[in-house]
Amino acid sequence: MRNPIHVKVPQTAVKNEVVHLMTKLHHPMESGWRKTLDGQAVPRALAGWFECLFNGHEVFRADLESGTASDPYLSFHVRVAHSGVFRFVWIGEDSNSIEKQARIEVS
Amino acid sequence: MLSRRELLLWFVALTASGLLRDSEAAPRDAKKLLEKLTGGTEQRKGGVTITLPAVTDQARHVPMRVSVDSPMTEDDYVKAIHVVAERNPTPAIASFHLSPANGKAEISTRIRLIKTQIVIAAAEMSDGSVRIGKARCKITGGAGACG
Repeated sequence: MRNPIHVKVPQTAVKNEVVHLMTKLHHPMESGWRKTLDGQAVPRALAGWFECLFNGHEVFRADLESGTASDPYLSFHVRVAHSGVFRFVWIGEDSNSIEKQARIEVS
Repeated sequence: MLSRRELLLWFVALTASGLLRDSEAAPRDAKKLLEKLTGGTEQRKGGVTITLPAVTDQARHVPMRVSVDSPMTEDDYVKAIHVVAERNPTPAIASFHLSPANGKAEISTRIRLIKTQIVIAAAEMSDGSVRIGKARCKITGGAGACG
């Protein structure tokens, strides 16, 4: 299966520039609010945590709850001082995690 | 398969018995959750801006942007942003953890809103204070974000 994570990271940046990062995960984010036609509650199954690491240091973290939409999308900013690799890690409430990396060149 | 009349009767019965009403949180639940998340610190208004569409029929994917007035330096930055909804079945939406490494205190995401309601964001600042901002979004048509 293809990687369900999408990321958008600029390839280059100037030193100390604040770059805009975007990520999206293909995931149903079952909220636990829904009921099937016969009245059974659909169990909650969320991708509950997201972490962004730059060269191994955490720069952004999100705890997502039922109010987050399906196919969760996040956009945030990071100030980059040197070249490196961003790791985008999504962790499910079933402890499965999935990640994608993107490199940025800082001049 | 239910006929339309049966479906309508069910709906009337459910509404009358209060089952549908009980499935949503009250604004006081959102307030309580926000107090828990921010550790009971006094909340001051201002400095936090939530941008939501004024009206939308796409309740399952409502775009939301939260920005906080902060220079995001080592001495003065936003530690966390907590977002709650007043009338969803469960009020919690998300918490975002920031640091001076972010350079700009602005995040955006997409949220679920089951009906027309107010969304509250609380920003925990590095000096320990808590600032809140609110925005209202009107949901038209459809069955909200539950269907």
